[in-house]
Amino acid sequence: MKAFGELFDAIDRTTATQGKVAALVSYFREATEADAAWAISFLIGRRPKRLIKSALLRQWAAEAAAIPDWLFEESYTQVGDLAETISLLVPEVVDASPDPSLQYWVEERLLPFNRMDAEQQRTALLSAWGTLAGSSRFVFNKLITGAFRVGVSDGLVVRALAQVSGVSRDAISHRLMGQWEPSADWYRRVMHPDTDDADWSRPYPFYLAYPLENELTTLGDAGDWQIEWKWDGIRAQLVRRNGKTLIWSRGEELLAGRFPEVEQTAEFLPDGTVLDGELVAWRDGAPLPFSELQRRINRKTIGKKLLADVPCALVVYDVLENGGIDLRTEPMHARRTTLDAVLSRLPIGGTLHPSPIIPAQNWTDVHAARSSAREMLAEGLMLKRKSSAYGVGRRSGDWWKWKVTPLTIDAVLVYAQAGHGRRAGLYTDYTFAVWDGDTLVPFAKAYSGLTDIEIKAVDRYVRQHTLERFGPVRTVTPGLVFELAFEGIQESNRHKSGIAVRFPRINRWRTDKQPADADSLTTIRAMLRAATVTS
Amino acid sequence: MLRVTDCGLYCEAGDFFIDPWRPVARAVVTHAHSDHLVGGCDRYLTAARGVGVAKERLGQWADRVEGMAFGETRSINGVRVSLHPAGHILGSAQVRLEHRGEVWVASGDYKTDPDPTCDAWEPVRCHTFITESTFGLPIYRWPRPADVFAEVNAWWRANIAAGQVSLLFGYGLGKAQRLLAGLDASLGPILLHGAVDRMTTLYREAGVLLPDTSYATTARGAASGAMIIAPPSADGSTWAKKFGAQSTAFASGWMLVRGARRRRSVDRGFTLSDHVDWPQLLAAIDATGAERVLVTHGFTEPVVRWLRERGLAADVLATRYEGERDDPSETPATVPTDPITDTITDPITDPITDPPTTPADSLPTP
Repeated sequence: MKAFGELFDAIDRTTATQGKVAALVSYFREATEADAAWAISFLIGRRPKRLIKSALLRQWAAEAAAIPDWLFEESYTQVGDLAETISLLVPEVVDASPDPSLQYWVEERLLPFNRMDAEQQRTALLSAWGTLAGSSRFVFNKLITGAFRVGVSDGLVVRALAQVSGVSRDAISHRLMGQWEPSADWYRRVMHPDTDDADWSRPYPFYLAYPLENELTTLGDAGDWQIEWKWDGIRAQLVRRNGKTLIWSRGEELLAGRFPEVEQTAEFLPDGTVLDGELVAWRDGAPLPFSELQRRINRKTIGKKLLADVPCALVVYDVLENGGIDLRTEPMHARRTTLDAVLSRLPIGGTLHPSPIIPAQNWTDVHAARSSAREMLAEGLMLKRKSSAYGVGRRSGDWWKWKVTPLTIDAVLVYAQAGHGRRAGLYTDYTFAVWDGDTLVPFAKAYSGLTDIEIKAVDRYVRQHTLERFGPVRTVTPGLVFELAFEGIQESNRHKSGIAVRFPRINRWRTDKQPADADSLTTIRAMLRAATVTS
Repeated sequence: MLRVTDCGLYCEAGDFFIDPWRPVARAVVTHAHSDHLVGGCDRYLTAARGVGVAKERLGQWADRVEGMAFGETRSINGVRVSLHPAGHILGSAQVRLEHRGEVWVASGDYKTDPDPTCDAWEPVRCHTFITESTFGLPIYRWPRPADVFAEVNAWWRANIAAGQVSLLFGYGLGKAQRLLAGLDASLGPILLHGAVDRMTTLYREAGVLLPDTSYATTARGAASGAMIIAPPSADGSTWAKKFGAQSTAFASGWMLVRGARRRRSVDRGFTLSDHVDWPQLLAAIDATGAERVLVTHGFTEPVVRWLRERGLAADVLATRYEGERDDPSETPATVPTDPITDTITDPITDPITDPPTTPADSLPTP
């Protein structure tokens, strides 16, 4: 466990990629296979869900630290991380006992929390806190709270494993996809030199696009590019093998049973087919707003009414496997021909639709298409090089996403809340309001878009202009105006303002404006009308 | 005996201020950090040990500073005033006031951890104790300073092995000299940023023993394997970049918390503070025997609530002192002032340029 705690520290301490990979490599070289398996699992984000209720955890930690609950909460607000707060508050017992393995701590001490009642949990937890120290204890707390995160990308973990095993990175990352249980046996399979393996359930690593920041003309000839809408839904891979259908999200979550209408149509696909596309709410040949899809997300069971209200479809843009053969190295245009053929053999009226290719003779056409993306309820355009293979991860050059220019309004800061992690103890989570007559109506929350220096300045403003405190939230004297950007806008009866915006963020701080200069609900409603009329 | 006015902590009976934040006729100053020392007052009274640094900070007003030995008592308009070591930085003092049998102590900033660069904090019995609360939460428990210095020296050694210079950031006045005193000077040359260099000279003049150092800008050629001490504002500056391959670190009490460490994006964060941590704060309050505690700058509300729950009379005293800030040198230029309450604090300025600015520039505009 100590070695894993030290690995965490080493990764946490450096921002240099090389240093992180070196730390990972030396960990995997030393660790037992079972420890390495658990380490991979945690490092790539397959952490156990919260094992103990947060309220109980806080209560027991406060008890162990011999402080009242309110003081624990004050401390938590300052630290911004429950696991770390506990580590800082609960006194450490310096213990010279031997250092059990990561496997032992996970399998014998951590996972059993699931099967315990509260009193057993309390006893086991206090015993763990009394045994572990330093970064081991912090990591243990992170795992208990279900919040273990560390500053490495999956790509770096793959790179380190490839370096240790001599197996190619692509083979390793494919082996980390799909469903598996961390064990010594599994780790041996991951590191095995024979790459001719296959697990039928496994999706392929997703190929991701980079945002386009340069002029279109830097991409060369428009004729070399396939232009599609960038759909606003859930990226998903549909795997049809062994007479079964598996739908994987990009977060490698299995979406079994969540999109029954899509699975229904998929039954008509031949075995050995893997499609890549976007799950969207879809009716009468056109997408519904993302907020409709949200009603389906996170629902484990989908009732008849919801199915009828929010029908969904998979808009398919790629085929990765056909007839059991991996097509990823074939060029995009060839895969597209195959895809059209595969989809054309499906019965009419199904839920697998080809993502239309936007006809474009030149870059001017592409520009024009982008400016009509919002009417299509698309986020923008995808530009894919016709000759490109289907890569692994995010690689620059062949796939670009080109989002629509966001809508913007000027709004006033009215509430602030302290952030977490890197932003702990700083007021970084803001609520903004616009005018409705002569009152300010809260309208959107935004967390991102300011520089560190601006964040500190806003933080000071919040502290010095607090009107009231509601737990961790402060209301402030209206004084600061920000330009907010957002992708889409909709009516909503869940929001006080009657409006919901999609992906709001701070574009810039309008230090040149006073609250009186901020926009009003009337302006926003006009935007809403414009959006509704055109779609 | 003391109350907060627009100008600072005012003693009406003696007609003087303690650490005013606006120019006044008569100021008793606890220490020379700029949130406690404002320019433009007619007279300053401070601890004799701190006269050198106070004069340096005050520049054009330096001739108005008068020193007074620790333990010496003076009467100002019938109020008996004495200064007692606060252990914060060189010459930092607690101010003891006695009037008609009532004793108050204003402690300014203080710490109880050992520090060879200043006189050790001593408890002063009083009826009312004014305490800071910069680190007034139980999450703050300092590691032993000796352990921290062992870490700093190990980091320096590792950097030398990796062919890097070590850039260690800390307040130019106080923290930098304390760091200097804890370094293992046998490891390599020690270079100082201009802002640190000036203050270090004054420390030596006051009799504090410190390892030999060179002025970084002129000794740049000899920087191989060096430890360079600079104020936090030098982090990321072209001045710092010129030293080539380097590892950076920040020394501050805030570095105890991971989020604050990550935010600073230095390679290492060392937990070293010139303020009391939670147990030290409570022990210090206890040692004064005070029946009433006024809590200023920091986590005032939790500290007051904690003390009240333990039966002490405690209240928040709203001052403008800032204690140890996470970002002592970054002054937000864009915060609009609030015309009604005018509560924007004066920025703590830490001289950032090298060669040094005139001392007067580093004081808040009166």
